[in-house]
Amino acid sequence: MARILHIEDLRVHFPINIGTVRAVEGANLTIEEGEVMGLVGESGCGKSTLGLSILRLLRPPGRIVEGKILYHGEDIVRMGAKEILALRGGRIAMIFQDPLTSLNPLFSIKEHFIETLRTHEKRIETKEALARAERMLSSLGISPERLHEYPHQMSGGMRQRIMIGLGLILNPDLLIADEPTTALDVIVEAQFLDLLDDLRKRFNLSIMLITHNLGNVAQLADRISVMYCGTIVEVGPAQTIFDEPLHPYTQGLLASIPNIKLDEPELKLMRGSLPDLVSPPSGCVFHPRCPRAMDVCSEEWPKTAAVNGHQVNCWLYR
Amino acid sequence: MKNLVRYIVTRTLLTIPMVLILLSIVFVVLRVMPGDPVSSMLGGHAPERVIEQKKEELGLNRPLAVQYVDYLWQVARLDLGDSMVFQQGVTDAIIEKMPATIELTFFAMIITLVVGVFLGAYAADHRREFRDSMIRLYGIVIYCIPVYWLGLMLQLIFGIWLDIFPIAGRTGSRILSSTFEQSGFYVIDTLRAGNYAAFGDVMHHLVLPAFTLGLTLSGIFVRLTRANMLDVLKADYIVAAEARGITHTKIVYRHALKNAMIPILTMMGLQVALLMAGAILTETTFSWPGMGRLLLERIYLRDYPTIQGVIIVYALFVAMVSLVVDIIYAMVDPRIRY
Ligand SMILES: Nc1ncnc2c1ncn2[C@@H]1O[C@H](COP(=O)(O)OP(=O)(O)O)[C@@H](O)[C@H]1O
Ligand code: SF4
Ligand SMILES: [Mg+2]
Repeated sequence: MARILHIEDLRVHFPINIGTVRAVEGANLTIEEGEVMGLVGESGCGKSTLGLSILRLLRPPGRIVEGKILYHGEDIVRMGAKEILALRGGRIAMIFQDPLTSLNPLFSIKEHFIETLRTHEKRIETKEALARAERMLSSLGISPERLHEYPHQMSGGMRQRIMIGLGLILNPDLLIADEPTTALDVIVEAQFLDLLDDLRKRFNLSIMLITHNLGNVAQLADRISVMYCGTIVEVGPAQTIFDEPLHPYTQGLLASIPNIKLDEPELKLMRGSLPDLVSPPSGCVFHPRCPRAMDVCSEEWPKTAAVNGHQVNCWLYR
Repeated sequence: MKNLVRYIVTRTLLTIPMVLILLSIVFVVLRVMPGDPVSSMLGGHAPERVIEQKKEELGLNRPLAVQYVDYLWQVARLDLGDSMVFQQGVTDAIIEKMPATIELTFFAMIITLVVGVFLGAYAADHRREFRDSMIRLYGIVIYCIPVYWLGLMLQLIFGIWLDIFPIAGRTGSRILSSTFEQSGFYVIDTLRAGNYAAFGDVMHHLVLPAFTLGLTLSGIFVRLTRANMLDVLKADYIVAAEARGITHTKIVYRHALKNAMIPILTMMGLQVALLMAGAILTETTFSWPGMGRLLLERIYLRDYPTIQGVIIVYALFVAMVSLVVDIIYAMVDPRIRY
């Protein structure tokens, strides 16, 4: 299996007037060909920032200060403007949280597709572009007639499928989906996740599925990266992340999922909340909230250890 | 489509009460103001008897209410009556002057939109940079400058010092307007007559007045466009479009600007009244023979019917433009249904 994406020691900062928000601070993440990598963590831990960095979509003052994002071995951080534009939509697609606001309200679905195709294939004829858009809609289970409609005439689930269609129309090999179902209701969400699963096979896609909902990734992900405070604290196969989580944060996150199958009388919520990313805690960033914290934890950042097929950053696993 | 027709008809009918109210106010104000058409026509030295006789002739001695109802009835029959000062129908006077005003306001509006919207969008795209500050400064300064002052400055600089643009009138003395004048719209007439020298001359004369009026109003549009653009550029669909590889220029001037234009269109509808007011001042500054100058002239002469007639035409003009703006609005925004 080839490695599609390899993020190495990435640091992304937002210098603001009260200091610097260290939204991503030394994150490592890999995605192999054809796999679904789930990226989970509480909101505010830097998931979106990490996702946007891959396409260099950060808004000022956001800035990649250090690290590498290797896509098929090429460093995106060092790419020129032209290469980035070709990458966006052409080779890596990204969809966002709110499908209701992700389409331009003044452009018909048709215009969205034609524009996207023209951006990457300058000479494509309108007829050809329309035919491809129609085929794409059919494969997403949407009637091709809807191409002539405007976003406001469609439901949220439908619009999210359109977003996927726009993303996949140029056959990219990586899809970054940033909380794609958070704004959808439960039934539509389930359908959408099924669709994603189906598409990954048909389009030979690798997917980075960003979510704060562990239930989502449970269904789809092959591997899971757990993010906390701008960094990845544990990576492992989805199954064992759920069954044998190693990092105390992963354990806490799992314990906080309501699970009717367990006879536990109440949820265990993690104490405390996500620390301020302007001045994060010293040593292991999780130590103020960690039930198993030791003296060393507040002093030094634990190096990555390989345990039971997981990579984990915690002093418990030296 | 059927709904659109119904909407247009409703809007048109709604202009009737608007015109009626405006007309009533003007009618009363004119008669409360000191002076009347007879004294201004005959001068202060005419014998009392002659003045009285003339007033009687013009029906000015009847009770105000009778005059009012009489006038409304006349207008209802689409008749604006005759001037009280000159031997001339009010409609004829207006038709003679209207093309000049429409030409001036049309080009001014284009200048306002192009300059205001473009500068606003450009500033938003470069927010917090030096260019942005300069454009914002321009927006504020131009907004504060009175029309006639800007007109005088442009006349001084481009008309007198640099001597590259004429500062008065619609055509030069060597161009005989009678050779091409048909509709009174010189721009169209000269083109239709194939008289390109005259066309050039007409455009040449339009430059300073149109820029004076257009630039004055552009300040509001700079600020409004910039503010809307900043909002729109934060929208999710902008990031989503970027994520599909669409170029920055297309994102700013196609995706964002089109969305930012929607509130601007509304604003444009509201600004027409201001444009008309500005046109009156511009016409005065540039001796532009339009309705604005006609109005001012006739106010001095207390020519009641002509003043009232011009006001009606202005009101209809404002109503019509804002209706057209609303229709454009519906065409741009697919979410609007009438
Ligand atoms: N434009 C910005 N300016 C300042 N701080 C920002 C900006 N965007 C995001 N952040 C901060 O970066 C951190 C990570 O945000 P984000 O990546 O959106 O988290 P997540 O997607 O996990 O919820 C948050 O603390 C957020 O406040
Ligand atoms: S390093 Fe220490 S504080 Fe951090 S998670 Fe492990 S035990 Fe807890
Ligand atoms: Mg997020």
